[in-house]
Amino acid sequence: MLLAVIPFGVITGVAMVASGIPPLVAILMSVLVFAGASMVASAQLLASNAPVLLVVLTTVVINLRFMMYSASLRLHFANAPLRQRLAVAYLTADNVYALMLGRFAEHPDDPGKFQYFLGAGLVVWVVWQAAVLGGVLIGAGVPPAWRLEFAAPLAFIALSIPFMRERATLVAALAAAVAVLLFQALPLRLNIVVAALAGVAAGLLVGRKT
Amino acid sequence: MTLWLTLAGMALVTFALRASFLVLPPGIDLPALFKRALRYVPAAVLTAIWAPEVLVQNEQLPAGVVAIAVAWRWRLTFATIIAGLAALHFFAWLL
Repeated sequence: MLLAVIPFGVITGVAMVASGIPPLVAILMSVLVFAGASMVASAQLLASNAPVLLVVLTTVVINLRFMMYSASLRLHFANAPLRQRLAVAYLTADNVYALMLGRFAEHPDDPGKFQYFLGAGLVVWVVWQAAVLGGVLIGAGVPPAWRLEFAAPLAFIALSIPFMRERATLVAALAAAVAVLLFQALPLRLNIVVAALAGVAAGLLVGRKT
Repeated sequence: MTLWLTLAGMALVTFALRASFLVLPPGIDLPALFKRALRYVPAAVLTAIWAPEVLVQNEQLPAGVVAIAVAWRWRLTFATIIAGLAALHFFAWLL
């Protein structure tokens, strides 16, 4: 899992610098936002002079999945002090969440859930920041012939597939894929917003009502 | 200035989304429809991010199929990236 953080982090760093974000701001963004997909998307939007509001809206749509993770993690940390819940919130990343869900399913009554989350979250955080820093320093130095930019969609394939185990979530993913391609002509990557809505609507139509 | 506003906005909304349910007091809950809708967000949004880069012609499409198969079977992110990149170069050479 850690091994996958490195190429994605490096690409994120490279993408931010390549779109004209100053290196120090890119590093600051990585620490403050700490969400690679939204950082790559907004770097591309910033390069095309998109309005601030649209960049923030796109960030909301791409990172809306954290709200679902937050709802799920609440079941495990409801009785933890606020400072611990805030730390969990900040360190929530796709891979940390996936790892924790597996761990908590095996050990539902583990009293050290926070310590476990903190340990895994901090390791991922450090490796991620180091990888982004590496990407920022390399800048455009990666030979284009390696086609490393393709690692970003590949990382998202790996992250998205485990969410498609039920029929309704699979339908949601297929609807989102169709919508994002159909509306590709929309400016400023608004097709992602349309695809998110289409996917959720399709999932609600097909899924169970409970 | 635009860059700083963007940075502040992104940091704020991302943390708010992460903290949303975790900081809600125990008694308070959200509408059932909203929670049902949230269930489909990760599959829809994560797919919408990769689909335009993969479901195009040329070598990206077969490389994407290889990556999806690896991810489906083994659920290992690093293996998926390596297999996908290797397949991309193989199909670029082949096609």
